[in-house]
Amino acid sequence: MKQEYTITVFTENQVGLLNRIAIMFSRRKINIESLNTSPSEIEGIHRFTIVINETEDVVRKLVRQIEKQVDVLKAYFNTNDEIVWQELALYKVPTDEIAEKAKVERLLREHGARAVVIRKDYTIFETSGHREETDKLITVLEPFGLIEFVRSARVAIIKNSKGFHEKLKEFEFLDPHEARQDNGPIDDPLSVFAM
Amino acid sequence: MPAKAKTNHMETAAPQTAEKEKVNTIRTMTGSEAVCEAMIHEGVQTIFGYPGGAIMPIYDALFGYTDALEHILVRHEQGGIHAAQGYARSSGKTGVVFATSGPGATNLVTGLADAMIDSTPLVCITGQVFAHLLGTDAFQETDVINITTPVTKWNYQITDANEIPSVLAKAFYIAKSGRPGPVLIDITKNAQQQFFTDPGYQPCNHIRSYRPKPIVRKDYVEQAARLINEAERPFIIFGQGVILGRAESEFRAFIEKANIPAAWTILGLSALPTDHPLNVGMLGMHGNYGPNLLTNQCDVLIAIGMRFDDRVTGRLDKYAKQAKVIHLDIDPSEIDKNVKATVPVWGDCKETLPMLTALVEQKAYPQWLEKFRECTSRENEIVIHDELHPKSEVLSMGEVINVLNELTKGDAIIVTDVGQHQMVACRYAKFNQSKSNITSGGLGTMGFALPAAIGAKFGAPERTVVAIIGDGGFQMTLQELGTIMQSKVNVKIIILNNSFLGMVRQWQELFNDRRYSSVDIKSPDFVMLARSYGIDGQCVTERKDLRNALHEMLTNDNAHLLEVKVGKENNVFPMVPQGCSVSEIRLQ
Repeated sequence: MKQEYTITVFTENQVGLLNRIAIMFSRRKINIESLNTSPSEIEGIHRFTIVINETEDVVRKLVRQIEKQVDVLKAYFNTNDEIVWQELALYKVPTDEIAEKAKVERLLREHGARAVVIRKDYTIFETSGHREETDKLITVLEPFGLIEFVRSARVAIIKNSKGFHEKLKEFEFLDPHEARQDNGPIDDPLSVFAM
Repeated sequence: MPAKAKTNHMETAAPQTAEKEKVNTIRTMTGSEAVCEAMIHEGVQTIFGYPGGAIMPIYDALFGYTDALEHILVRHEQGGIHAAQGYARSSGKTGVVFATSGPGATNLVTGLADAMIDSTPLVCITGQVFAHLLGTDAFQETDVINITTPVTKWNYQITDANEIPSVLAKAFYIAKSGRPGPVLIDITKNAQQQFFTDPGYQPCNHIRSYRPKPIVRKDYVEQAARLINEAERPFIIFGQGVILGRAESEFRAFIEKANIPAAWTILGLSALPTDHPLNVGMLGMHGNYGPNLLTNQCDVLIAIGMRFDDRVTGRLDKYAKQAKVIHLDIDPSEIDKNVKATVPVWGDCKETLPMLTALVEQKAYPQWLEKFRECTSRENEIVIHDELHPKSEVLSMGEVINVLNELTKGDAIIVTDVGQHQMVACRYAKFNQSKSNITSGGLGTMGFALPAAIGAKFGAPERTVVAIIGDGGFQMTLQELGTIMQSKVNVKIIILNNSFLGMVRQWQELFNDRRYSSVDIKSPDFVMLARSYGIDGQCVTERKDLRNALHEMLTNDNAHLLEVKVGKENNVFPMVPQGCSVSEIRLQ
């Protein structure tokens, strides 16, 4: 069964790596729903967050192929209930509409939005949350002359992750080391891609 | 990053010696000289390549290294990279190719894809336009890094000479370690010309984001041994992993102790001598009858260093469903990719096989082996005997290989192209030693054999190298006759000429109602062509001349081309038609 999976990839910061990872999806004709690159808690280590709609079997194989890339340290995949995630959205609306209609203010408050810029001609609100939440605010703001809307990629944190510091130590050993249990997946399907 | 890891290692290991070495080796040189130095440090002796504008500084530096580095001028970059592949496969070392930017680099792509899918270690150096011209559509500029990303294990663009030593060290390490593969390093012209202070070449042995081989898990090995010991009809299928892991003797020790019949993929061919009593033959679409049929009758299937290619498995949902599968592979992404493993034994088979050997019981499976023998005699009767000793007057491909076997006694390196002749050669050629069968397996690259044979000869100069090529494939890279002429490469070339693109024709006959669409191929006079390159040649059309002609070819001290006119519409059997199960293998 296809469902939303969030793939988290820890990589070296290397030019061209984004392409190397992106083509693994396009080669299999898999659409990337959302892709974010960001630094991680460790300097020099990058973190990709990629959302796709696929079956577990496909995702598992894909993640192993990604992890095989030389500049990739580790890749994980998780279903939505295993992660906490947010997306950021920006909305540009005419200021006069906002200023006049108190109802709008209440709606914004209900949707956890805040004003980033207030100018005479327009105001930009920002909110973050799940897709349904940011989507809902579009429908709310549309009647008030929504001028522009943009949403960021998903950023996600794996609930039972202990961070990458410990994992990194394993990678820095010169030789294969007992502590490096990278063979987890098949062994223990439950904690598979949990760190 | 790897540089940092390396420094750490040096400091903790032996800071003083490292420091001393540094002082001794620090000197100013150009990026191009650093490329040549790196080659020497990595033990490279032969480079296949073709110069051009953007790689001229490297070729200029190479001019000063002719004592240590032999450069073989090929006639096309594709020929260069196939030669490097042949070199890597016959020597077990990393093949090296130089090419210029733009068309030079794009001409490498087929070879990269071939080396990628067949796990061949290569380091390709391409020249690139000056860094300030990148992205300007400068003369002979192409985005080589992005073009080659899907067909390289790793690639990297160098724009500053200071990076050259460490990146090349990394390149050689990545190409050769773990599951080998091709690496491409693109060096801009300014970096080639740039003077820099060389800190001394340090080979790479660790990259923190890269794990060449997974850690062997003892419990999996134990589980595997248990399955094998309980089995009644165990069956081993092995691939190139045994050769790449240099685990031929470990493999032999394993099968001999456990007494299990073993069949090979075409890339695994020659890892086990042909006449070994447990060698039951070839797997796959044109493999032997027994190995295909009995895959669906064994109870434990032990796959070693192979990746369950579709040409081996046939229809996947009807492949070995009754069997428990043990899969030994160095690449974790191969486990469960096509066939679900009951027990995955990941790791280098050089390590895992001896562990397994220690745990398996000495056993015998007389009835099970008898089944293989029965299949062999059936195949002999219906297919093999007629192929090797045809009743008709026209020559068959099989009989050429058969006579060749008698003359070489299985000691030659056989390089094949792609098509009917490839299947026939792999089915019937005899091998006594490993790294003797060189072919384009995964990608099926026509035009592979001639240049690969050139490389194979450089990789194993003391051995006889015989290229077996079809009339179609030969015409794809025949320009490399020029390389043979110029570099005096002693390769033996057999063209099995059936005046057709035989394999496609066979499919058209069997599946497309004999609608022979664009398979009728005209050829030049190959013997005259060879002579124009100063290569001796002969053409055989009759059986009585075959043996002498082959003998003459093999005893010639120089390159020799032998064209053999074979039956036009002969088919290769057995055959597992595409989309069919291995047990639906057809003998005729």
